[in-house]
Amino acid sequence: MHYYTYDGSFEGLLSVIFEVYEHKAWPDKIDKQGQEQPGIFASSHHVLTDEAKAARVWNGLQKKLSESACTDLYKTYLWEQPGFEMLIFRYVELVFASKTNIEENFAEDCVRHISQISKQIFREKHRMEAFIRFQKTEDGLFYATISPDFNVLPLLKTHFQKRYADQAWLIYDVKRRYGLHYDLENVSFICLEEATVHAKTGASPANILSEKEPLYEMLWQTYFDHVNIPERKNKKLHLRHMPVRYWKYLTEKQARLQ
Amino acid sequence: MNERIQEKLKILADAAKYDVSCSSSGGKRKNSNKGLGNAEGMGICHSYTEDGRCVSLLKILLTNFCIYDCAYCVTRKSNDIKRAAFTIEEVVDLTINFYRRNYIEGLFLSSGIFKNADYTMERLVRIAKKLRTEHKFNGYIHLKTIPGASEELIKEAGLYADRLSVNIELPSEVSLKNLAPEKNYAEILTPMGNISDQLQLSKDERKLFKAAPAFAPAGQSTQLIIGASKENDQQILTLSSNLYNSYNLKRVYYSGYVPVSEDSRLPSLVNPPIIRENRVYQADWLMRFYGFQVNEIVDDQNPDLDLEIDPKLAWGLRNLSVFPVEINTADYELILRVPGIGVKSAKKIVAARRFAPLSLEHLHKFGVVLKRARYFITCKGQSPESKDFTAEIIRRRILFGEGSVRNALVKQQLSLFAMAG
Repeated sequence: MHYYTYDGSFEGLLSVIFEVYEHKAWPDKIDKQGQEQPGIFASSHHVLTDEAKAARVWNGLQKKLSESACTDLYKTYLWEQPGFEMLIFRYVELVFASKTNIEENFAEDCVRHISQISKQIFREKHRMEAFIRFQKTEDGLFYATISPDFNVLPLLKTHFQKRYADQAWLIYDVKRRYGLHYDLENVSFICLEEATVHAKTGASPANILSEKEPLYEMLWQTYFDHVNIPERKNKKLHLRHMPVRYWKYLTEKQARLQ
Repeated sequence: MNERIQEKLKILADAAKYDVSCSSSGGKRKNSNKGLGNAEGMGICHSYTEDGRCVSLLKILLTNFCIYDCAYCVTRKSNDIKRAAFTIEEVVDLTINFYRRNYIEGLFLSSGIFKNADYTMERLVRIAKKLRTEHKFNGYIHLKTIPGASEELIKEAGLYADRLSVNIELPSEVSLKNLAPEKNYAEILTPMGNISDQLQLSKDERKLFKAAPAFAPAGQSTQLIIGASKENDQQILTLSSNLYNSYNLKRVYYSGYVPVSEDSRLPSLVNPPIIRENRVYQADWLMRFYGFQVNEIVDDQNPDLDLEIDPKLAWGLRNLSVFPVEINTADYELILRVPGIGVKSAKKIVAARRFAPLSLEHLHKFGVVLKRARYFITCKGQSPESKDFTAEIIRRRILFGEGSVRNALVKQQLSLFAMAG
C-alpha cells in the first residue's frame, strides 16, 4: 500500500508519477498535502515538486499522445474533483504500458472518463466566456467576478486577451481567490486584498462604478425583456441552457433598474 | 434622453425578435489591430430568453417604419403600433457598450423599409462601416439585405459584415403573392444570387492573393416561416435543399409562425407550431450533417414529417431492409444512419472498435440512445432483440413501451389539439 502526497501543483503531480516509476512503488492513493488521512496506509511518501522530473514525464506523454490528449490531462487536473490524481495516474499508466496511442480507446474506463471530464471543463469554460458580465469602474477597468464549478480561469486567458485588447479588465474567481488581470500590455494572475471585493457575492462597492454603468445595465435588461417571445415560453429549456447557479452574475437576471 | 433610448430599444427589439437567426459563428475576423473584439471560430450564446432561444447578438431594427404591408409581419404598414427609429450613433454606441461588457457577440441589424430599398440599405451599411473603421470593431456583424437593394450596396455590405441574409419568409411564390403583394421572388432571389456570386468571387481571389478583401466570411443565410401558409414539409425541405445546393447557403432558419395579426389570409393558430418547427430543423440537420437527400426524408407518399417521431427514426422504419447494421464492421456513413446514434457517438464507435470489439454496454456508455438504436443494430453478430418486429410495433414500443416517458412537448401539444378538437 503506497500513499503519496504532493504540493497541489500540476508539476507536483507529475513529479509523483516520476517517483512512482522510479521506485516501482505503485500508488493506491495520491492527495494534496494537508488533506491526508493518516494511519491507514503502510507506506506514505511526500514528493517534493521537481520541475526537471515533471518535464520528463510530460515529454514522455507528449511523445505518445496528441496535443489535445495532453491538454485533457491538464484539464483533469483543473477539474479538482476527489480522486482526479489517481484517474490521471491510471491514464498515464495505460499510455506507458501500450505500444500504440490509446487516447481513442473509449472502451477503457479511464480514457472515457477523462474524455467526459474534458467535455465538462470545456462546457464550464465556454459558459464563463458567455456568462461573464463586466462592470466598468470609474478608472476604466472592466471588472467581473466568477465562481466556476471547476478551476477554468487559466483556460480563459487567450479568449479574453484576444477579445478585449483595447480595454483593461480583471476577472476574479471568488471561490479560489485569485484573478486574471489585463493591463493593456500583459495578462497576469493576481491576488486581491480581501477588502476590495465582497467575500460572498464578489460584488465591488457601487461607488467605484463609472457614472454610465447603470445606464447600460438598464438598457441590457430592457433588451433582454423585449427579445423574449411570450407565446413560446419554455422554462425547462431556459433553465437547461442557463442553470440558476449562474444567475448571480447575470445583469439580466438582477432586479430591474429604473 | 435615457428614457427615449430605452423606449426605442423596447420597440425595435420587439420588432426584430421574430427573426430567429442568432448565429455568431463561422466568422474569421481576428483582432489584429489591437481593437475591440474578435470573431474567429465558434459562436457564443451570452444569454437565453425565457422561451429558450439563444441571445448572441444585439438584434434590432434600425427602424420599424415600413412602406410594405406583408400580412405575416408585425411591422407591416397597416398595423397600429408604436414606431421608432434609431440614429446611426445610437446603434453604434449600444453595440460597443454591450460588447465591452460581454453581453453580446455583435450586432444583427435589420430594418423596415423607409423611402426605398437602397435608401434603407445604405444606412445599414453606414453603421457597419462606422463600427469597423472608426471603432476598430472586430465583433460579429450580421446585416439583413433589403429586398431590391442594388448590387453595389450589397457588395459594400459584404466588406463590413460577417454574414448577410435575405429572408424568403414564405416557402412558395403563390403564398408570397397572397401575403406580401408588394414583394416578389425575383426581388429576393436576385440579391441572394448576387451574394452567392460575390462569395465565390472573393474565395477565388483569396486563393490567388491572400490580402484580397474578404466578403461576408460567415456566408449567407435565410429564414422560412413555418405554418403561416399552406406549404407541406416536402415543399419546404425541397426549397431548403435547393438553397443549400444552388445558393451555397450556410443556414436556412425556420420560424414557427407566431400569430401577430388577425388577417383572414392567415391561419388562426392557438400556439406556434413548435413541434413541427423542431422536426423541420431535425430534417435540415439530416441533410447537412448526416448525408441524407431530401427525397429520403419526405416524398410524395410522406409529404409531411411525423410529429411523434424524429425524421431519422421515420426513415429507419420505412427502410428496415437496410438494417440491422453491425456496429463493429459497418461504414461510418451507415452507422450515422442508425436511429439513436448521433455524430459524436458514431465517431466514438468507429474510433474505439479499432482497439476491441464493442458491446451494447459500450454503446450505452458512449451516449447511444439504445431505446431507439436497439431495433436497428447487431453487436458482434448478436441482436439486442430476440425477434424481428414490424415497423408498426417498433414504433409503438419506442413511443409507449417499456415505461418510456413521452416527450413533454408532444404531450403538451397533443393535449392542446385535444382541447381544440
